[in-house]
Order: sequence, then C-alpha cells, then structure tokens
Amino acid sequence: MTMPRRDAYDVVVIGAGPAGLAAATTAAEAGLSTLLLDENAGPGGQVFRAIAATPVTDRKQLGADYWVGADLVQALRATSAEVIHRATVWSLDRNLEIGVSIGGASAFVKARRVILATGALERPFPIPGWTLPGVMTAGAAQTMLKASALVPDGRTVIAGQGPLLWLLAAQILRLGGRIDRILDTTERRNYFAALPHAFAFLTSPYFAKGLALMREVRAKVPVVSGVSELVAAGDGQLATVSYVAGGRRETMYADLLLLHQGVVPNVNLAMAAGVEHRWDEMQLCWSPVLDADGHSSVAGIAIAGDGAGIGGAGAAVVRGRIAARAAVEALAPASAAKLAQMAALRADLAHAERGRVFLDSLFRPAVQFRIPSGDTIVCRCEEVTAKDVLDSVAIGATGPNQLKAYRRTGMGPCQGRLCGLTVTELMAEARAKTPQEIGYYRLRAPVKPITLAELASVPSTEDDVKAVVRG
Amino acid sequence: MFRRSELDHRPSVQIFVDGAAVAAREGDTVSAALLASGRDVRRLTAVSGAPRLPYCMMGVCFDCLVTIDGVGNRQGCLVPVAEGMQVELQKGKREIGR
Repeated sequence: MTMPRRDAYDVVVIGAGPAGLAAATTAAEAGLSTLLLDENAGPGGQVFRAIAATPVTDRKQLGADYWVGADLVQALRATSAEVIHRATVWSLDRNLEIGVSIGGASAFVKARRVILATGALERPFPIPGWTLPGVMTAGAAQTMLKASALVPDGRTVIAGQGPLLWLLAAQILRLGGRIDRILDTTERRNYFAALPHAFAFLTSPYFAKGLALMREVRAKVPVVSGVSELVAAGDGQLATVSYVAGGRRETMYADLLLLHQGVVPNVNLAMAAGVEHRWDEMQLCWSPVLDADGHSSVAGIAIAGDGAGIGGAGAAVVRGRIAARAAVEALAPASAAKLAQMAALRADLAHAERGRVFLDSLFRPAVQFRIPSGDTIVCRCEEVTAKDVLDSVAIGATGPNQLKAYRRTGMGPCQGRLCGLTVTELMAEARAKTPQEIGYYRLRAPVKPITLAELASVPSTEDDVKAVVRG
Repeated sequence: MFRRSELDHRPSVQIFVDGAAVAAREGDTVSAALLASGRDVRRLTAVSGAPRLPYCMMGVCFDCLVTIDGVGNRQGCLVPVAEGMQVELQKGKREIGR
C-alpha cells in the first residue's frame, strides 16, 4: 500500500468520482501540489464505477454517459496529481488536517485547501422487510453490473422511481439479466407539480435520453405505475413482494427486490468537519451551505459534486472545476490564467443543471416511503423500528441526538447513513416541527470505523505524548 | 440471485469462504464474489441474530461485514479479492481480538 508521499499539500481532494476527478485535474494542471484520496479500488466513484477496469467493454451496454468517465480519468493521469485508492478518510478538522487509513495503517496529511467530493448515497427506502436478504438498492445491482458484469438471475422486481431506476433496468436487460416487473412509485400529483418546470427539462439533455431509456425498458418489462404501498416479506430471505396500485393489492414471488428513490448528499465527513448544513425542502435532505465557488462555512473546505446538493454527474464535473479554480485563485493567482474562465464554468454549470428542478419535482419521494410506521425498521444497524422511535418521542426524546441515548439509532457501524434522514423526518412529523428544527445527528470522527490498534500505532510527536502523559 | 455475464473474461481468483474454495474473478470485491458464488452467504446481525446480505454495495450500509484474513468487521464491498484470501461469514457478535 502506498502512503502519501508528503505530509502537506496545497490541495487535497477526497473522492474520485466526477467532481473529484475534475477538481484534482484542475488543481494539478495549475501546478498546485495535489493529493486525491479515494475509498474504492479504482477511479470513478459510483457513476463511473470501475471505469478503468470494467469487464463490460462494449460501450453501447453501459452507454455514452458512463464512458465520459474514461476521459476524466485520462485527463487526471496526464497531470502530476498524486492519487491513492483504497484510502479511507476517517477524519477532517478545521485545521485542514486529514486522517486517512490505507492498508491498515493511518497517516495524517495537512492541506491548504480541501475539496470534498464524497458524492451521494441512495435515499433510505424503509419499507416493511427492507432488511431481508434479497432486498438491495438499485445502485447495489448497478455497482455489481459495472464492476463485475453480474446481472440479476432469479425473479427480480425493481421498485421506486427516478432516472437511475430506468438506466439500471436498461443496462440489466442489455446484459441479458432478468427483470420480472417494475413497480413505479412516482405519485401522480408529482406530474402536475413538475409541469411548470417542463420547458427547461424538455430542452435539457435529460429529456431525450430518459424517454429512450423508458421506451427500451417498457418494451421488455411490465411496468406498474402509481404504486402507493410496498411490502417485502419472507422468512430469513425475500420470498414475496406485495404492492398496492390503483386500489388493488397484488403479491408476487420474488428472489430479488431492488429499491431506489433517488440519491442524497453523503454528509458524514463534511458534517464531522463542522460544515454547516441546512434542510433542503425541495430535495428533502441535508445540503451544505456553500457560496458560488463551493466554499463551506469552514475556511478552506469546499464541497463539489452531489455532496453539495444533488445535481448529477455533469454538474458534478463543473462544480469540481469551479472549486479547484477557486483554490488556484487563492493559492497561486498567477496560475489561474491557464484555466478555463470562471464565467465560462458558471455557464457550463447552468447548462448542466438545466432540467434538475423538473426531475426533483417529478421524483419527489412519497411521504409513506420516507416516513415509515409500526414495526418497519428505521435503523438497520441497531434494529430500531418506527414504533420504537415514536415511543421514545412520547417519553421525551426531542431529536436525533437524544434518541441515541434512548435507542442507539445512528450509533451502529453505518453511523446514521441509512437511518438519519428517516429519523429526522419521523421525529419532525411526530413533534409537529420542521426537519430543520429537529436537526440531525452530531457526527464525529472517525467517520469510518478503524481499529484501536491502528489508532494506537499512529506516529506521535513529543508534544502529542506530553499532552497526555503526566510529570 | 445474480449470475455472471458471459461477457466477463477476467482471470479467476480462488478465495476460501469458511474454508470452502470459491472461484472469484480479478477485480471482484469480496461481497460481489460472495453473491456470485451461489452459496448461502448471509451473515447474522450482532443485535438480534437476523440474517442479512449486502444492501448498498458502495460502502455505506455495513450489511456486508465479513471477517477477512482474520480481521473482523471488514466492509466486504470495499475490499477486492486476492488469491488465497480467507473469508469467514460473521454469525452474531465478533469475538474480542478479532
């Protein structure tokens, strides 16, 4: 395993998805010492997952939008940026000191600027039975498809809504995988809510692509629209999927249920660094408070890509370039001249974001799929149900942080990634408050688990030792 | 649940799952190799002993936790397979020191 070559860099970029690849390339092209740290085995993040290693080499199968990633990787490799994969950043503080675990050992590096490009994760989809083996996210199936050419084999149901769902379905079919049914949970009223934003969407690149994908999938798979209830059931393994559509309940046998209702910013590292976040009522998630250059409330930390608010891969690339250009302007103003002008980048961003409001309105997830009830599990790690959360509210739990003491929600290994949004919305509803008022878990380093042995073997200076040793 | 596409021509890598040889492919993560193996690779949770399989495959859900080469609670979806790797499915809580 390669450790960072230096202990300080001008720019450290965290995450090698679209935003991180673009940011690191821009910073390095301007001559700044640049380190890119990424948790995965190769570059690409989720959208361009396994771009440098995928066994699915026929470009038509994953589509042109995927292969854009290959150009980004090539551009990065032409620079002097130092890139380390399988590097898990577990700490970032206000002094811009980064704790990173690589091959079972940790190192600390200092940055003059940090660009967080930690992207998105799939929104929790807490339906009854969502913890059963055989229930996965659509993104999980797509990850296996891109990185290992694995396709669903048994009776497969895809449920939910959003652009990724249709893209995944098309990719599975192209690779000869099986899909028995698609259950579309888009609420009918969303079509009306989205209508005023239709013009921007119709003239955006999303429109033609989305239509073609839906046509491709509908030709081969039965699609049920207006699904308003969804239950996975089985004894230790998924056996059936039940749903209600148009007032009728249906139950079907299934071996695999793939869930998806959009993506939300992956906030853990940014929040642990102290970056201020606000509840985004449009996208129903926490988004960092940023200026036009992506700068956060913590001096020296910028956020680019979907971690800055969901904008998609095209916008992520441009946000990465903007954040990196801003870093260059601050650290080496003379070098900024060789980069694309900020005005041009902002025009690119406006173009890439076209149609987003329409998508956000159309694919706004329904309340019953965000706020569960009864015995449905909310916190997968600690196995806490919606009823458990409501019972805790009834006896005095006021918000997610108090709830930890009652039920340990968010204290398991995933550190709230899969329950945080649900807990906030569930408690907000129960207490008749806004999610902003209810707040979120107080997140702290280490944001990914590391062993005590690894922490103990971090090299310590004489001052570190003096700080804790008496006498 | 999943099968390998015939497009996949990557070299194979042998790993061991609870002692049994499993054929993976170069570039697979441990979790992908387990799911592709056709074996029962469910872990049991530390809290209630409920069976689970990986949920997100991208490093956020921790439902893919496995013991790899003697180190417990590794995220199988983030670790690439290597020849001879020993994988153990976790049944309930981890023992101290692992």
